[in-house]
Amino acid sequence: MIKHLPALLIVIPLLVAIITPIIGRLHWVLSWYAVTITTFISFVISLLLLQTVSVQGRISYWMSGWEPPFGIEYSVDYLNAYVLIIVSFMAFAGAIYSRKNIDVEIEDETRKPLFYTIYLLFVTGLLGMVVTGDIFNIYVLLEIASLAGYALIALGKKRQALVAAYNYLVMGTVGATFFLLGVGYLYLMTGTLNIADLAVRLPEFYETKAIFTAFAFIVVGLSIKLAIFPLHFWLPNSYGYAPSVVSAVMAATGAKVAAYVLIRVMYSVFTPAFFTHTPFNIQYIFLLLAVAAILVGSIMALAQTDIKKMLAYSSVGQIGYIVLGIALMNVTGMMGSLIHLLNHALMKGALFFAVGAVVYRTGLCSIENLRGLGKKMPWTMAAFTIAALSMTGIPLTVGFISKWYLAVASIESGMWWLVPIILLSSILTAVYFWRILDNVWLKPAPGEESHEHGHDSHQKPVKSNDAPLSMVIPTFTVAVLCLVFGLFAYAPVSIAEKAALILLK
Amino acid sequence: MDKEVMNLEIIESARPVYAVLVSLLAVVLIGSSGKYPNLRELWTMLAALLKFGLVVSMLPTILAGKAIEYHVITVLPGLDIAFRVDSLGMVLALTASFLWIITSIYAIGYMRSMDEHAQTRFFMCFAIALSAAMGAAFSANVFTLFVFYEMITVSTFALVAHEETPEAISGARRYLAYLLGTSIFFFLPAMFLTYNYAGTLDFASQGILAGKASYTIISIIFVLYIAGIAKAGMMPFHSWLPAAMVAPTPVSALLHAVAVVKVGVFTIIRILLFVFGVDLLTEIGLGIYLAYFASFTILAASIMALKQDNLKLRLAYSTVSQLSYIVLAVALLTPSGITSSIMHITIHAFGKITLFFVAGAIYVRTHKKKVSELNGIGRQMPFTMAAFTVGAFSMIAVPPFGGFISKWYLVMGTFEAHLLPILVVIVASTLLNAAYFLPIIYAAFFKQPESGEVHGIEEAPALMVVPILITATGVLILFFASPLLLNLVKIAVASALGGGY
Repeated sequence: MIKHLPALLIVIPLLVAIITPIIGRLHWVLSWYAVTITTFISFVISLLLLQTVSVQGRISYWMSGWEPPFGIEYSVDYLNAYVLIIVSFMAFAGAIYSRKNIDVEIEDETRKPLFYTIYLLFVTGLLGMVVTGDIFNIYVLLEIASLAGYALIALGKKRQALVAAYNYLVMGTVGATFFLLGVGYLYLMTGTLNIADLAVRLPEFYETKAIFTAFAFIVVGLSIKLAIFPLHFWLPNSYGYAPSVVSAVMAATGAKVAAYVLIRVMYSVFTPAFFTHTPFNIQYIFLLLAVAAILVGSIMALAQTDIKKMLAYSSVGQIGYIVLGIALMNVTGMMGSLIHLLNHALMKGALFFAVGAVVYRTGLCSIENLRGLGKKMPWTMAAFTIAALSMTGIPLTVGFISKWYLAVASIESGMWWLVPIILLSSILTAVYFWRILDNVWLKPAPGEESHEHGHDSHQKPVKSNDAPLSMVIPTFTVAVLCLVFGLFAYAPVSIAEKAALILLK
Repeated sequence: MDKEVMNLEIIESARPVYAVLVSLLAVVLIGSSGKYPNLRELWTMLAALLKFGLVVSMLPTILAGKAIEYHVITVLPGLDIAFRVDSLGMVLALTASFLWIITSIYAIGYMRSMDEHAQTRFFMCFAIALSAAMGAAFSANVFTLFVFYEMITVSTFALVAHEETPEAISGARRYLAYLLGTSIFFFLPAMFLTYNYAGTLDFASQGILAGKASYTIISIIFVLYIAGIAKAGMMPFHSWLPAAMVAPTPVSALLHAVAVVKVGVFTIIRILLFVFGVDLLTEIGLGIYLAYFASFTILAASIMALKQDNLKLRLAYSTVSQLSYIVLAVALLTPSGITSSIMHITIHAFGKITLFFVAGAIYVRTHKKKVSELNGIGRQMPFTMAAFTVGAFSMIAVPPFGGFISKWYLVMGTFEAHLLPILVVIVASTLLNAAYFLPIIYAAFFKQPESGEVHGIEEAPALMVVPILITATGVLILFFASPLLLNLVKIAVASALGGGY
């Protein structure tokens, strides 16, 4: 059983995805149970995989017993296991959360089983991309995840959701095609698709134009999926108009997996040695893009009035952090990136969950509309506040840990100029979250402005009307994790460190 | 200093943690008993007394030349939350925790007389701020200090915004922007650089940076720290302090004359002495620049204080100026200078809190805020204004009031450092202090009230007057019984100037 875990991770959700619409015909709640249980099983499998990796090292699973490089290999080391845990956990939290959320955001009863089917396919695709050790297989699963992703976004209630999904579809398809082209070139030159095998065979072709072309296609393709500035245009509308649970899970997992694949390609398929053979300085290009993403994302976030779009632009900036760490090409920087994969998943997950809860209660998600919500939805808003503080990088939250590593790595590699940029973006982040916290805690609710502030005894206590427990519990749990991993950062950091050491050996 | 003092003996004890946690526990209790004001205030008082008791219980150990340590948690390798109680931290902790008791009594009187809203939130945030101040005093490394430094900012924000009027909210915004902005933009990178070069963030008696980086880099780190610690109120990052005066008076009194700003100057002293070290700073000559920089703030803020008609604003500018005395004194890097610096933390605290208490008492009784309205108030509120006189004389540094002691050491320090221009600054600022305090006292006692009507004696409620008299007495005690404080300060100076920590 343990031996087959990597395959089960994919096979179980894939099979359940087939039966989900069927049982959903009886009652849609059955499909909710199916998805929740399945994602939970995936989470447990991911934990078991990490445990196995820590005992026996890298796991290599041969699909149908075909020996790599001829068959498809599923390979799991610290990095894979780490990303798998992030993805499956957030998918599980999202599944619990979705039950009430889609009540208001996808009202149509008949669509609900479909939502769960697509949701499960999306998660399967992401998990598959992480677990597989075959680059063509990554493409296949990438397409599964992407197609499911377009459909999930299109489920949003507003009409703009369709346009957003269509834009994403066009961009995403271009990205996936680029990726496929790059893989084609690699196969042409080396005759293999297995990542470990590619790593062995590629160095002799490093000088060739074909390999450089392959690299360029793959990286640009992935950059679209990852929404690296300036290829991020599909992202704000997609996250902005998708149902909240979809925004949360996509922000927390989709971008993370794309980042994972980028890391794999840059450091496992290719190596830092390759970058010295390229006609221009790859590191500087990435650093500049990262810096631009961080600044543009933060500034654009400042300009938004819709809170979901603000969070989406904030994601663009945060992806910049991840790319920054990748581009620094040292162990500390890589640790910063990897730790930020987890941290950003938690922070953004909690933020989108909290917004979804607000939409559930008030039906609106403009920043203005949040006035006085602190008293009405104390738990949700407490979770939001924790995650927002974490985004700004207050010490003892996860955001601080990420920034610590990125800043130390920048200084280590002699790039001092990055530190003010990281700090500037922290301040911008503080400003755009401040506008919200200000509305939430300090301003009176709409319609209560006339209420003169009087005295304790005279004040009518505002009735707390928080979101249902099935939304509040996942939201609050994820937010609390932002504090837990900010205080006991050593656990994820030690895994990230092992993964980074393997990548940059 | 004699050598026995330096026998470093370290005692492992969780008492500093309890001293921090006791008011956090109180926060929960205060929050849950919001409906019963008397019970709620009982928790505040109990926590204040308990906290002071815990701090005092550590005093004999510290006076015996030992240090108390407690390691709480390792967040990351190199980033620890850890406490270390030494004599320098003790001075701040004793001052803040003692004055919290007094301020709590005063605050109860003030808040109830004014019938303020949201009193539960007020007392909760107050307790958090005090926890953070204790944490800062007992921090064993830069990271822990930074965490508590930020915690103070966040918790006092709600207190500054307490009135929830547009004016209060905009003042609070500026407060947050300055304190958070500078700490993120300067303090944090200073910490990154310190860690990068020194490989540790733990305070050590001779500093941790000596020999670890070039003079240029050390100078950069130095400037970043000084710019990042805006709580010390040095120009150009001082304007948050006048902005914070929109807060209710007990907040201005305890936080913006004691806890917040004193944590600021304490942080500067801590960083200067225990991250850079006296020898390193003397070698590079950075102390002199800081001394002149602080001198500028002293004079400029005093002149600004002259122009203020709002009593609390005048006191705020006076605070800005007095805080720079502390920075100036430590920047001299001589034994007397450091002594003056640390003593002034306590001495200024007692003096300034008295002055703020008086401003609050006047406001509660007469709703007057302006200096120009205070004619003849001394006849109406004789005890209050007598206390004001005591506080003001201490600011001017007239014997027999506490302020004289620290200024005496400061003057000695300038001689030791051979910086005679600084002496001119001290004299000039003393004159300026006199110029902005004495007219108030004169008007209060000798001018006729403008309306012409004669009031009888109409003091503020006893809950406010008694604390005023206690702190005013404290100012006198600090002069007559100065060795109490001096013995503690001497240990800190000894550890900073060589020998063990």
